[in-house]
Amino acid sequence: MNIWMVMVVGGLLTFGMRMSFIYLFGRLQIPETVKRGLRFVPPAVLSAIVAPALLMPDNSIDISLGNFRLMAGVVAILVAWRTRNPLLTILSGMAALLLIMWGSGIV
Amino acid sequence: MDQTVKSFLAGVRAEFPLLVGVFPFGLIYGVLALDAGLSPAAALAMSSILFAGSAQFVAAQLVSQSAPGLVIVLTIAIVNLRHMLYSASIAPFIARLPARWKMLLAYLLTDEAYAATILHYEKTGFTPTGHWFFFGAGLGLWTTWQLSSALGIFFGAMLPASWPIDFAVPLTFIAMVMPVLKDKPAVAAAISAAVVAVMAFALPFKLGLILAALVGILTGTVLEYRR
Repeated sequence: MNIWMVMVVGGLLTFGMRMSFIYLFGRLQIPETVKRGLRFVPPAVLSAIVAPALLMPDNSIDISLGNFRLMAGVVAILVAWRTRNPLLTILSGMAALLLIMWGSGIV
Repeated sequence: MDQTVKSFLAGVRAEFPLLVGVFPFGLIYGVLALDAGLSPAAALAMSSILFAGSAQFVAAQLVSQSAPGLVIVLTIAIVNLRHMLYSASIAPFIARLPARWKMLLAYLLTDEAYAATILHYEKTGFTPTGHWFFFGAGLGLWTTWQLSSALGIFFGAMLPASWPIDFAVPLTFIAMVMPVLKDKPAVAAAISAAVVAVMAFALPFKLGLILAALVGILTGTVLEYRR
């Protein structure tokens, strides 16, 4: 499947889900279990992407000071936790990574 | 002023604070999509065809890791599942509209448009021009998203190649995940998904991501019912 196919199929699926209960109104309701389960989609999917990106930048687990992305990620997590400010989180994480890379002479 | 125009403008106004927050994400998406290897045309088209922020980030990330198309489509579907909830919640208020309106509003039904519109409907209930408010909020977000991702694509081409731009994906997700970790089931969903994602990383076709997401969702749901 090339990227255009992926976009069209993904787009149709997304539209289908947005249209689903608007179309089915009065005919079908969401079961309570599904409704309660759906709120766990964001924490599950997002963490599943973040964890390998921080813990295994070179495709194998690396928990050491030499793992720059883990160090910068920890900075971002702390900033996100303390400030709840999305933009500040992204900027501080990126600044931390650039600083560490610059300090080690990579950039 | 005509009531439909008034309602439309009220929708745009209610959406405005959210637009300020969405704009930088559009910029980052544009920069990232190019960095992931998408052509400028494909990166821009994704913003109108998918029109779903976090799904676009995830898709770009998976494209850069050359995941197979089917896995990308499946992941997009999981990430966008929540829209069914919005659909169910907003359905009673637009049930009497003609099909073309329903389709237009369904296309515009994002997190941010839903948030502004449902607050409005909960306050006013059904009104004859309520769908114009929805349309105003949705179109405001749509325009902002297209504009900001186009700008990101434009500027992304000028950034030095040695910069670790791809790191913006996990950073963006850290920023998005922190506010939803409000109780134990949510934290457990996040931690279990993270552990499985790392352990199952070597699975082919990036299936580890889908497995991790399912384990996380299940863990959260089970814990929620145990309370």
